[in-house]
Amino acid sequence: MWKRLFSKKTNEEPAPQEKEAGFFGKLVAGLEKTKQGFVGKVEQVLSGRQVDEELFEELEEILIQADCGVSTSLYLVDQLRERAKEERITEGDRLREVLKEEILQLLQKDASPLKTPEEKPYVIMMVGVNGSGKTTTIGKLAHRFRQEKANVLLGAGDTFRAGAIDQLEIWAERTGSEFISHQAGSDPAAVAYDAISAAKARNSDVVILDTAGRLQTNVNLMAELGKVHRVVQRELGRDLDEVLLVVDATTGQNALSQAKRFQEAVPLTGLVLTKLDGTAKGGIILALANELNLAVKLVGVGEQYEDLQDFDAEAFVEALFGEGN
Amino acid sequence: MFQSLSTRLQETMRKLRGKGRLSESDVDQALREIRLALLEADVNYKVVRDFIAGVKERAVGHEVLSSLTPGQQVIRIVNEQLTELMGGSQAKLTLASKPPSVIMVVGLQGSGKTTTTAKLARMLKGKGHRPLLVAADVYRPAAITQLQVLGEQIEVPVFSLGEEDPVVIAKAAVEHGESYNHDVVLIDTAGRLHIDEELMTELVRIEGAVNPSEILLVVDAMTGQDAVNVAENFNKQLPIGGVVLTKLDGDARGGAALSVRAVTGKPIKFVGVSEKMDGLEPFHPDRMASRILGMGDVLTLIEKAVATVDQEKAEKMAAKLMEAEFTLEDFQEQLHQMKDMGPIDQLVGMLPGMGKQLQGMGIDDSHLVKIEAIINSMTPEERRRPEIIRSSRRKRIAMGSGTRVQDVNRLLKQFNQTKQLFKQFSAPSKGRRRRGLFSLFQ
Repeated sequence: MWKRLFSKKTNEEPAPQEKEAGFFGKLVAGLEKTKQGFVGKVEQVLSGRQVDEELFEELEEILIQADCGVSTSLYLVDQLRERAKEERITEGDRLREVLKEEILQLLQKDASPLKTPEEKPYVIMMVGVNGSGKTTTIGKLAHRFRQEKANVLLGAGDTFRAGAIDQLEIWAERTGSEFISHQAGSDPAAVAYDAISAAKARNSDVVILDTAGRLQTNVNLMAELGKVHRVVQRELGRDLDEVLLVVDATTGQNALSQAKRFQEAVPLTGLVLTKLDGTAKGGIILALANELNLAVKLVGVGEQYEDLQDFDAEAFVEALFGEGN
Repeated sequence: MFQSLSTRLQETMRKLRGKGRLSESDVDQALREIRLALLEADVNYKVVRDFIAGVKERAVGHEVLSSLTPGQQVIRIVNEQLTELMGGSQAKLTLASKPPSVIMVVGLQGSGKTTTTAKLARMLKGKGHRPLLVAADVYRPAAITQLQVLGEQIEVPVFSLGEEDPVVIAKAAVEHGESYNHDVVLIDTAGRLHIDEELMTELVRIEGAVNPSEILLVVDAMTGQDAVNVAENFNKQLPIGGVVLTKLDGDARGGAALSVRAVTGKPIKFVGVSEKMDGLEPFHPDRMASRILGMGDVLTLIEKAVATVDQEKAEKMAAKLMEAEFTLEDFQEQLHQMKDMGPIDQLVGMLPGMGKQLQGMGIDDSHLVKIEAIINSMTPEERRRPEIIRSSRRKRIAMGSGTRVQDVNRLLKQFNQTKQLFKQFSAPSKGRRRRGLFSLFQ
């Protein structure tokens, strides 16, 4: 997309077919745990069974165990109950397809990819609680944009955590991105300001701003985040292209509180769900989709660069429920 | 969704209160609420099921049904069972009989290992130990730097061999510790997924090489249902001695704590309660039970108060309150003491039923600063007899304190209301009293 928009150079495209397959394979591999833990259990319950109340209760149990949350689990099971009645489904095996459809529908509700760049620089701000994987996600995103021959500039807005600036600098070196930082402990808004003005001066294509991890209940730090965002907006003279909340997929129901509170502080444009490969649960993705109007834009299914993928609801559900693999 | 269990339970119990006696179905309904609340607090599903069964057995017995206050009895039983499930009493760090004691800190990525390791070193140093920090996370970029910076902050030496094999680093560090007279060696390992066999093997190798007296598993309090699998997996491969629960200063209710304890039988030894280096506290199972239930942590609050408040002054203050002789001068004194106890939002969070209500209201020290400024701008006479503060004095006070006349008005009005409420101290309704005092901080 960069080549098309910002540069006249056209390098040869990789064979799309092959790339797709590799991508999907990665997704399937990354979701292996979830597939075993969640879909496996669903299948155990459904196969060869008659549809009755007991079956629905067992399904509810599985959904809650997968971190879908109480209300989302109840919602999904209610949907299944209704459709089983309407469509006169009596065999458990047929419910599997229905569940798959309902999950897909939930995930597609607000789905949208990363915004298409319109104006230089394309600005992304990463926010989230401590340890959710913001800096690593930035590294992977930077790599991706660099692959697309974009000039990337990283802003070290986490001036609080010891070593955070060095960590991002290493990512900048690895990916060949430019790097703007101040001293540890300095004002993150000032770093953000400098990053944007530097990007303008150097004609960068993409700016990715890191921010310090903060718990959503810390009112002062949330206010600080709002300020950083406003400073960027003002210096940019328009809205940021993406403000992404990074959520650890092993998080439980607290992820909902995170999304709500962060949304109050800054206008989030979407979510990044990291560490999906490490959890047999990951149902929080359904809870987030059901209870909030936020698109999941990226998912992290492994530690490699290419394991950060655009979220594609259909591919996701297919990888989860797909045969074989 | 974010309603606390106590609020929901109170609703259920209010419905039950008029009944005098509870039937089994009443108890069932209450238990259903408890079950949902525990699930929403991320307590593991199986743990919840066993737990509810246990509570039910006690609750439908004589204990509750014949009680005059059945609702409270149910809550009491739930609280007791929860505390028991979390391990009863507090567990301490295991140190070796012959120094140096080696402590290994392990966990998933982003759970807070490096910060916890440094906090622990600081805590041990405060108790007279000579800790050595070891940077064995060679994978995450700048993890070593992070530990070095933290080590500098808390003035504890950090041992590092760059990106050498972590097993080699650990071994060399213990030898270094021995020859430099460090009695505790704390090893910060790299974060890893519990399913990553290669990295788990590495941990086992480190363990074999340095024979730690304590292996602490760091678990993020926000972890969902997977917490159990994580703990089980680590526990299967390593002799975990205890758990550190981090990020408890957020609004996660920490159901993970309950699950981990229930499934692995390993005690939670410490909890992380702030980003600052002093934010590590011993874990108290009974207090955590209250938190999961949303019942507040009165004990910690009292302890903090005991540690910082002058007993004699406090008694005098209480007497004054009772006689409604409480003046703004006394209030000023109280503000000072409160500030000594720590950030107000943390204190308020420990009060029963207050946590949720106050979240997002932005209660923090800046409100106190404002109130203090207003009181400081009054004359001693005005503080003792606030009723003499008429409009010109109000204007002067507002000017002097950099606030608006409305702020001064509000403070005076709320101060009066509070005083009134204390007058009725003999039979006040709890809710009203609380609101009176705390509305001062809004």
